[in-house]
Amino acid sequence: MKVKPGISTASLMPSEISDPLVTAEIWKKGGREVAIATVIETWGSAPRPVGSHLVIDRDGNFEGSVSGGCVEGAVIAEAIDIISDGKAKLLEFGVSDETAWRVGLSCGGRISVHVERLD
Amino acid sequence: MDFTVLTRLNLARRSRVPVVLVRNLEQGTDRVITEDEDLGGALGEAILQSFRSGQSLLVEVDGDRLFLNVQLPPPHMVIIGAVHISQALAQMALLAGFNVRIVDPRTAFATPDRFPGIELAADWPADVLKERPLDARTALVALTHDPKIDDFPIANAIRSGCFYVGALGSRKTHASRIERLQADGLSKDDVSRVRAPIGLNIGAAGPAEIAVAILAEVIQSLRLRDISSPTKIIT
Repeated sequence: MKVKPGISTASLMPSEISDPLVTAEIWKKGGREVAIATVIETWGSAPRPVGSHLVIDRDGNFEGSVSGGCVEGAVIAEAIDIISDGKAKLLEFGVSDETAWRVGLSCGGRISVHVERLD
Repeated sequence: MDFTVLTRLNLARRSRVPVVLVRNLEQGTDRVITEDEDLGGALGEAILQSFRSGQSLLVEVDGDRLFLNVQLPPPHMVIIGAVHISQALAQMALLAGFNVRIVDPRTAFATPDRFPGIELAADWPADVLKERPLDARTALVALTHDPKIDDFPIANAIRSGCFYVGALGSRKTHASRIERLQADGLSKDDVSRVRAPIGLNIGAAGPAEIAVAILAEVIQSLRLRDISSPTKIIT
């Protein structure tokens, strides 16, 4: 994790270092542009519970997760656009179709992810 | 989200204050509500419910869709005994998000060298727990197998409604422990809450593996507990 001078992670607990909301605060203070993605609804089998966060910076660096790695790539790509235009967005992901290479959840669930810029 | 909202939210989380972030999905606005604020009405009721259950959820209030993201302070683990197993368990529990404290009156055991970065109290449990009492959000893990050190905190944990109480020791050791706890005024039911032999049965060998078994059992108690009927507190 890149940290700008004056902002130390030394005082954080190990469990806080991988805390996405703390990461978002540190990144933003360090001058990076940040988006926060949050799982706000799930249906059926979902890898991460409602309330889970993924934070993303303009360069695509990220911390946290909204799925078990299945849809993070797509969320990161959207987040970079949202960092540019500032408009929050609701993304929905359903079952993946491996033959069509569509992004989705192999476990068969559906999730709704809210992505917004940290201003 | 506004940066000031995020810093307020993180400040509450760091101060271990239960907090809900209310996101209005229609209007794109955020509010940080701490546990001591009562908004009343349908929203107040929904927030109260999310504090109680610890579950984040979507609600509809006055035609607006709101996302309530609840953040409860992390659970505590108090380990009695600065022993070999504790060295592994403290680090693992910290990684799993617990606030960890170790209590052991034997100053040769409770040294910062053996427990880097872990909060240590080289004092008798009776004194330490008077200062900072146990509660329902705390797991008590007794690992000294010395009745002089373990018995008091075990009885205290049962009476305080700790979500987990576990004690190291053979079946024989535990049988005599049960007798002592009952002599101390606890009922058979109360005493049956003590998990012994401690840890899920995964055939653990050695301190680190036993620590995995204990942590797994603590997490099981935390996540599978019945939130509608909290553990009783004996006064």
